[in-house]
Amino acid sequence: MKRLLFEHINVPGIQSLETYKAHGGYRALTKALSMKPEDIVEEVKKSGLRGRGGAGFPTGMKWSFIAKPPGVPRHLVCNADESEPGTFKDRYLMERIPHLLIEGMICSSFALGAHVSYIYIRGEMMYVYHILEAAIQEAYDAGYLGKNILNSGYDLDLYVHCGGGAYICGEETALIESLEGKRGNPRIKPPFPAVSGVWGRPTVVNNVETIAAVVPIVNDGGDAYAKVGIGKSTGTKLISACGHINKPGVYEIELGLPVEEFIYSDTYCGGIKNGKKLKAVVAGGSSVPVLPAHLILKTAAGEPRLMSYESLAEGGFQSGTMLGSGGFIVMDEDTSIVKNLWNFTRFYHHESCGQCSPCREGTGWMEKILHDFLDGHADLEDIDLLFDIQQKIDGKTICPLGDAAAWPVASAIRHFRSEFEEYVKNPSGIKDVKHYYRIHNMQPA
Amino acid sequence: MNNNNPKPEFSPEAKTLVEKLMRRYPEGKQKSAILPVLHIAQAEFGGWLSVPVMDMVAEVLKIQSIEVYEVASFYSMFNLKPVGKCVIEVCRTGPCWLLGAEDIVAHFEKKLGIKVGETTSDGMFTLKTVECLASCGTAPMMQVGEDYVENLTLDKVDSFISDCRSKISEPVSHWNRKYIREHEKIKQ
Ligand SMILES: Cc1cc2nc3c(=O)[nH]c(=O)nc-3n(C[C@H](O)[C@H](O)[C@H](O)COP(=O)(O)O)c2cc1C
Ligand code: SF4
Ligand code: FES
Repeated sequence: MKRLLFEHINVPGIQSLETYKAHGGYRALTKALSMKPEDIVEEVKKSGLRGRGGAGFPTGMKWSFIAKPPGVPRHLVCNADESEPGTFKDRYLMERIPHLLIEGMICSSFALGAHVSYIYIRGEMMYVYHILEAAIQEAYDAGYLGKNILNSGYDLDLYVHCGGGAYICGEETALIESLEGKRGNPRIKPPFPAVSGVWGRPTVVNNVETIAAVVPIVNDGGDAYAKVGIGKSTGTKLISACGHINKPGVYEIELGLPVEEFIYSDTYCGGIKNGKKLKAVVAGGSSVPVLPAHLILKTAAGEPRLMSYESLAEGGFQSGTMLGSGGFIVMDEDTSIVKNLWNFTRFYHHESCGQCSPCREGTGWMEKILHDFLDGHADLEDIDLLFDIQQKIDGKTICPLGDAAAWPVASAIRHFRSEFEEYVKNPSGIKDVKHYYRIHNMQPA
Repeated sequence: MNNNNPKPEFSPEAKTLVEKLMRRYPEGKQKSAILPVLHIAQAEFGGWLSVPVMDMVAEVLKIQSIEVYEVASFYSMFNLKPVGKCVIEVCRTGPCWLLGAEDIVAHFEKKLGIKVGETTSDGMFTLKTVECLASCGTAPMMQVGEDYVENLTLDKVDSFISDCRSKISEPVSHWNRKYIREHEKIKQ
């Protein structure tokens, strides 16, 4: 299996510039500085690289949208806010091989014509913040940052900026607001950041993994990158696997790997913990639809499901899901879908910025109704009520957090309706007094 | 405690750091430094942000106090009331929850004799729950100060509490002290 980002991840000392360089690091920087910026954009387009933050938007295309009004500075901002439940690949990358991100930031900033770039990291990851600061200092000392980088005439300052704890700041316009020193309220688009981003200047926001992937693309060319993977899902993807599996962790896979192999092979998740059976998977971070075992392993048409943007989405929301951020959450046969859904819904309610009523109020109602199920106070009609509420959020809000809250609810009802019914019909059988007590103690502090 | 002082002031080392961070943003956009500066302020003044401290931050950044209150109340990392020396933040989101976060929280509550959101009467521990900290592969987990404590078990919780009780002389939660110290090594 081809590894483009993590080939050297286990080399001792790879955190340091010296070791990183000894393993081929900063070759892409030298090469990029000898290219024309627009040629780098062209290579990224050819590579077929799609944004690894969740939406999967083609990166080269995003870069080509950046406005270039004369005399106005442009900015590249790396989204290192990683807070999508189930996702921990960016933290792992930055902690283990920080120079890969920094090299990617320099190449990408050069391609975009940015002279001041930022890495917005979530405040909770303060120890990673220090790792990045130290690595950036090394890069300055080596002449890879600052004025006239490697005598190319190109200047770049790179800064880390820390957040304050808010999931919504991962949304790119909320991140921009936050970088400006405000509350993380997403902006209404248009204008898009490419035209008016941070401080009203043209801005590109890209995920950590996306920026890191620019390094192999510059080194080997866009065509070579596009040869890895399958169809329009080119290259490799970092998958963070967690939940009831034997080997949780971050895996770099070639896109197109069969889901079944990913879950059961010892190279990856190593099967379900304690010899249990697989019940369901949330394949791309908590925001994507949950799928029952039979639909995550095979599509509704009976084809093997692959780890790719297209295959995971096969069947639409009726029977498919999304690759999203690559946060792969596995649930075994003993998991309560309703209880897990309540937890996710509680999360979205807690994290809603409150600007749009469907999201602010709807997530609260869904949390309350799901709590009624766990509590033994729900009616059968509440299942339809829940479905109705999520429909009234989906697609009707300023930012996609509303959709992210709606989709898990819709899919849980679609695929596990009988479990909801069980909570209504047989509350004494399911009602777990212990859980009931604890849920009440899990209110926001 | 400094919080009772009507006019709090940054220590010289913190002041140097604040000035350095403010230079990272364009002329006139110094408000951008608010989150980093609030982290420093929280570290300097006992792990929480009082109104006089926030007013001082406003003055340093040359913005209105309300702009600071607005921001401080939006982000979950800022404490707007006093906290214990050791702030325990247990992750309660889906993946950690699947692997027993609720048992961990319940165990802390029992051991410390407080509920989530409260501080022990000796001022030692504050118990909080937080959302996914991007460490779901080592669930259940918690954050204490700058450190991630991962793969939690009830036994680990017990030894953590007794370790803390025997060792803490200075606040461990105020990781930002470390934030300031670490920064002194960085030139740019
Ligand atoms: C609620 C919400 C949270 C998000 N969180 C993140 C995040 O933590 N990290 C990230 O890279 N993208 C996140 N995104 C996606 C960003 O808005 C944006 O699409 C992404 O940073 C673009 O980078 P990419 O094209 O490289 O993927 C989030 C989106 C939404 C709606
Ligand atoms: S959808 Fe929710 S999080 Fe997004 S802007 Fe509206 S209220 Fe805020
Ligand atoms: S759910 Fe706890 S770290 Fe992700």
